[in-house]
Amino acid sequence: MSISLSNISKSYKKVKAVQDISFDVNPGELFGLIGPDGAGKTTIFRILTTLLIADEGRATIAGFDVVKDYKAIRNSVGYMPGRFSLYQDLTVEENLTFFATIFGTTIEENYDLIEDIYVQIEPFKNRRAGKLSGGMKQKLALSCALIHKPKVLFLDEPTTGVDPVSRKEFWEMLKRLQKKGITILVSTPYMDEAALCDRIALIQGGEILEIDTPDAIVSEFPKTIYNVGADNMYKLIQSLQQYEHVYSVFPFGEFVHYTDKRDSFEMADLQSYLEKEGLADISIETAKPNIEDAFMELAR
Amino acid sequence: MKEENVIEVNQLTKTFGDFTAVNAISFEVKKGEIFGFLGANGAGKTTAMKMLIGISKPSSGTAKVAGFDVYSQTESIKRNIGYMSQKFALYDDLTVKENITFFGGIYGLSRKKIKEKREELVSELGLENISNKLVGSLPLGWKQKLSFSVSLLHEPKIVFLDEPTGGVDPITRRQFWEMIYKAANQGTTIFVTTHYMDEAEYCDKVSIMVEGKIEALDTPKKLKEQFRVDSMNDVFLKLARIPSPTLPKGNGENIDRN
Repeated sequence: MSISLSNISKSYKKVKAVQDISFDVNPGELFGLIGPDGAGKTTIFRILTTLLIADEGRATIAGFDVVKDYKAIRNSVGYMPGRFSLYQDLTVEENLTFFATIFGTTIEENYDLIEDIYVQIEPFKNRRAGKLSGGMKQKLALSCALIHKPKVLFLDEPTTGVDPVSRKEFWEMLKRLQKKGITILVSTPYMDEAALCDRIALIQGGEILEIDTPDAIVSEFPKTIYNVGADNMYKLIQSLQQYEHVYSVFPFGEFVHYTDKRDSFEMADLQSYLEKEGLADISIETAKPNIEDAFMELAR
Repeated sequence: MKEENVIEVNQLTKTFGDFTAVNAISFEVKKGEIFGFLGANGAGKTTAMKMLIGISKPSSGTAKVAGFDVYSQTESIKRNIGYMSQKFALYDDLTVKENITFFGGIYGLSRKKIKEKREELVSELGLENISNKLVGSLPLGWKQKLSFSVSLLHEPKIVFLDEPTGGVDPITRRQFWEMIYKAANQGTTIFVTTHYMDEAEYCDKVSIMVEGKIEALDTPKKLKEQFRVDSMNDVFLKLARIPSPTLPKGNGENIDRN
């Protein structure tokens, strides 16, 4: 099933949450909405899951209109909100049974779809949901969102605040669900997760900056990036920011990503400038841009 | 200058019933150092941090923070540290200026000092135009930068930052780290937790907790050499594997952010 948004806008009083958002998600695609808190990601999810009505624009899911045909949509989509919203006082199994019953099905009927996720929390099926760890809650919430065999899955920041190991496992689960033919729209503030999506929309301040495959977005990066390293990170950043030819300076792990205003950049010039600034162990080499570089350039 | 230890932890342990949340951890942090305290969700980071900031009594072991004992001198510890939680903890219904004044008062600064600090901070953060706006209306990134500055108001020796950059946009996240570098450069010790592994690379020293124990402790460079990988993300993935389904067996409330 496909998702389509055209010219969607929504304001809360004076605040424009999203403005003129248009994009399409193809059937079976894993599509990522990538952006920080406040970008408007949750508003988009709430409009698509028929929980919020847009001020302007139109959105459909498998051809069904999110306003007119909301009942048809609710039967065939699964939604995992960013905030844990299962019943804390029900046990793991009770929560799952509850959601299955609401959709007129049973755990047994759709067990094959949730099996590889649910099996990890099944040993604790009699524990109350409120007493689960963050990772376990996340798995239960995903199981509940899947129990009625949705054709489209909406996941709003499923990995926020989750450690890198659990994040990796979660994305492996998503890939397996995608293989079963489920269309997935997922949002995340972690730029490294963008590379795991088929296509992404970079979003900030309620507006889409770019929509494409992760590879295409990275390859369109307009500048050459240099990885610059030195013995004193703080001093290095300050010196680079004051360099007369500087275009951008962003710390990236143990190096700084530096771009230059000039077309003909001379490494030796920068090297001697940094030496004059009193830095040692200087290294300068070209580096490949990543999604985060692209995001920051587009958001400038 | 970086010789003096401002945190000394030896065999520090915390148990809840028969569950050991923090299992005999030992490390030292020097003045002006940026110390990254990493670990998977539920590894025991928050429990350890609570002992260091004097709000949870250890079960055994010793620790000194800013020269004070975590058992008997918790009030002195609180006066000498700053703390910024992952949850925004300033008052949304007060303005930028009012928040600074309020927290300055809590920290016991004089009126004169508060005024001085307030002006300095507002101009440093470039908040002149919005210093009379309610904090609740600011974007997350500004709130976080303001929180950090407020945690430094009383010029603490150490500042504890619990996932300060979660959900913050990439540019602001870097501006935030520039503020951290600046504070460290001025001699403030930084104790920081994060789930962004590129941020782990910014630390002078990093520890990785796995199931209550510190399994790795060194500079990012040496850890990468030791595990023969290119990034801290790979170090983390190699080390912090979560064994088959494990649940928090303690009180559980310290593990989830919701």
